[in-house]
Amino acid sequence: MSTFLQQLINGISLGAIYSLIALGYTMVYGVLKLINFAHGDVYMVGAFMGYYLANGLGARGAQAIGQSADGLIARGLLGSGAMEPSLITALVVMLLAMAICAALGVIIERFAYRPVRKYSRLTALITAIGVSLLLENGGQVVFGADPKFFPELFKKRNIDLFGGASINSADIIVLVIAIALMIGLQLVVFRTKTGRAMRAVSFNLQSAKLMGINTDRIIMFTFALGSALAAAAGVLVAIRIPRIDPLMGILVGLKAFVAAVLGGIGNIPGAVLGGLLIGITETMVVGYLSPTYKDAVAFAILILILLFRPSGLLGSVAQEKV
Amino acid sequence: MPRYLRNLIIALIVLAVLYGLDFVFQARMISPYFIRILMLSGIAITLAVSLNLINGFTGQFSIGHAGFMAVGAYSSAYFSVTYGANLAATLGGGKLAWAICLAAATIIGAAFAGLAGLVVGVPSLRLKGDYLAIVTLGFGQIIVVFLNNIEVVGGARGYSGIPIVQSFFWIFLIAVLTIVVVYNIVHSAFGRALIAIREDELAAEAMGVNTTRYKVMAFVISSAMAGAGGVLLAHFDGYLNPKSFEFIKSFEILIMVILGGLGSIVGSVLGAILLTVLPEALRGFAEYRMVIYSLLLIILMITRPQGLLGSTAAFRGWRGRRRKKSRTEAEEITAEDTRDSASVDKATLGERQSETSLREKDSKNK
Repeated sequence: MSTFLQQLINGISLGAIYSLIALGYTMVYGVLKLINFAHGDVYMVGAFMGYYLANGLGARGAQAIGQSADGLIARGLLGSGAMEPSLITALVVMLLAMAICAALGVIIERFAYRPVRKYSRLTALITAIGVSLLLENGGQVVFGADPKFFPELFKKRNIDLFGGASINSADIIVLVIAIALMIGLQLVVFRTKTGRAMRAVSFNLQSAKLMGINTDRIIMFTFALGSALAAAAGVLVAIRIPRIDPLMGILVGLKAFVAAVLGGIGNIPGAVLGGLLIGITETMVVGYLSPTYKDAVAFAILILILLFRPSGLLGSVAQEKV
Repeated sequence: MPRYLRNLIIALIVLAVLYGLDFVFQARMISPYFIRILMLSGIAITLAVSLNLINGFTGQFSIGHAGFMAVGAYSSAYFSVTYGANLAATLGGGKLAWAICLAAATIIGAAFAGLAGLVVGVPSLRLKGDYLAIVTLGFGQIIVVFLNNIEVVGGARGYSGIPIVQSFFWIFLIAVLTIVVVYNIVHSAFGRALIAIREDELAAEAMGVNTTRYKVMAFVISSAMAGAGGVLLAHFDGYLNPKSFEFIKSFEILIMVILGGLGSIVGSVLGAILLTVLPEALRGFAEYRMVIYSLLLIILMITRPQGLLGSTAAFRGWRGRRRKKSRTEAEEITAEDTRDSASVDKATLGERQSETSLREKDSKNK
């Protein structure tokens, strides 16, 4: 029982991160009908931005006396930094990383996707693959190919729960932040004017344009929002599992996309549900079957869902019109 | 001269040329490094042309080609390791005996890959566009995960000890066969059905084309040929690793096809050669190689989405030529049609034109 509870907690924590990334996929698909393959890599960039920001913020004092980069990293936030490691630092790092990635998302949209929007969807898909490859390989050149270790932004400790399971304080924070971001997104999409415009564009781009909505700006906003969420997921993952590398986004991105399809692509609550389901199933398979088949789980689920319910769990069936 | 006689003569000439080249290369008159790149290009041609059949001619976006390649490579390697030596010995053990073994291995690898294509294709080809892409990608990943866990073929350590049968003759025979098969398919009734599916699946269905059946057939043929490519690769270095069949490999083949142009066989051949030779030429910039590739791909998509030699207009006949005049407009309409699932009736073309001009005014105002 306690193992089950433990696996469930781990699964939910992992699932929350998948959900955050899946939200970006689902929103972009909603407005552009484009699988943004680069989204998983934006998540990777988010984690790296978090890494550099955390080290930068923490070691501002050390930098003044002119120490080597290695020293900076070693000291990190726990050294003689300008900011003490705390939840506030973690939040600041996350928000800054989100801002940077939002800008990155806008740049990608403006310079790669907008020029090909007038061509077929296939062209856009290939462009997305190109952007994804560019970020991965560019990341390997800029950040270095070997993995880096994310500094500890706050003291982690285990909290014992009833039934023998325990929960890490990092998991709690990941969950709380993820839920807060999802509520925030829900508010933006359903309570603001921009959100209403987003829903209109996602419903029908042409009509939205005719109704006077600046669709270009809305698409840009969608990319910014999705990329910011991916960056938040990147920082949160790095807090949980501190090892980051430039190729970390590929598999996670694909699984998050599967989560979006599972929930019904274009559907925001669906992405959250799908992410949680994928996360829980994956940890259960690791816990009870075999860890080696971990990466096949998401794709097996995907193939099953597409065969039996292609519109996803919460998606509505689209009628094909001629 | 009867048609079959002409074809027979051409086939004999090709065989003779290939055999002659093989003989020259055997005699070590040219550097082995050059021959190696040439052979790798041959394998790449097989893969790219076969992918073009499904992606370029049928218009079904598959990005799991490396998975089928892996099925072919591993099944044939297993055959060669377990039975190859015995079979070669009973056949006399000479060069010819190994060639027969390789032929058997190729047939087995292609058959298994084709079977895998059937298993994947039947359920997933009912899906369209993006979903198919993701399912094929997922399938490729599942194959890699399983290969990592099957101990008989070495698991994650890789499969070593495969008999090395490097043969210029054999590699290019398979490449030429692939090209001929794809060319003949495209220029047959079957191929016209495939192109019809690519152009407009709904219309093709209305015209009585059994779309699912044709798509699955094309998919199986394409997978089997990818499997043959895998067989060649397995016996080229004598070592296989599941890592080399991850989706990066699928993307690599895809880039070859797209660079050359979707729906152009010559383009695929060119793309395959270019992307095999280019990395060798760019050795000095190994670190930036993939960065350059990906930038190239994005720029290509923006400036020339049909690839270097691709021209879908060639298949569109008079309609395509007429469309060319008002190309931007036509493209815009098709782009909108595909983007918008609740597509507007095409009769509202006039409205769209006025809308386009509105948009132009709009951008001028900015």
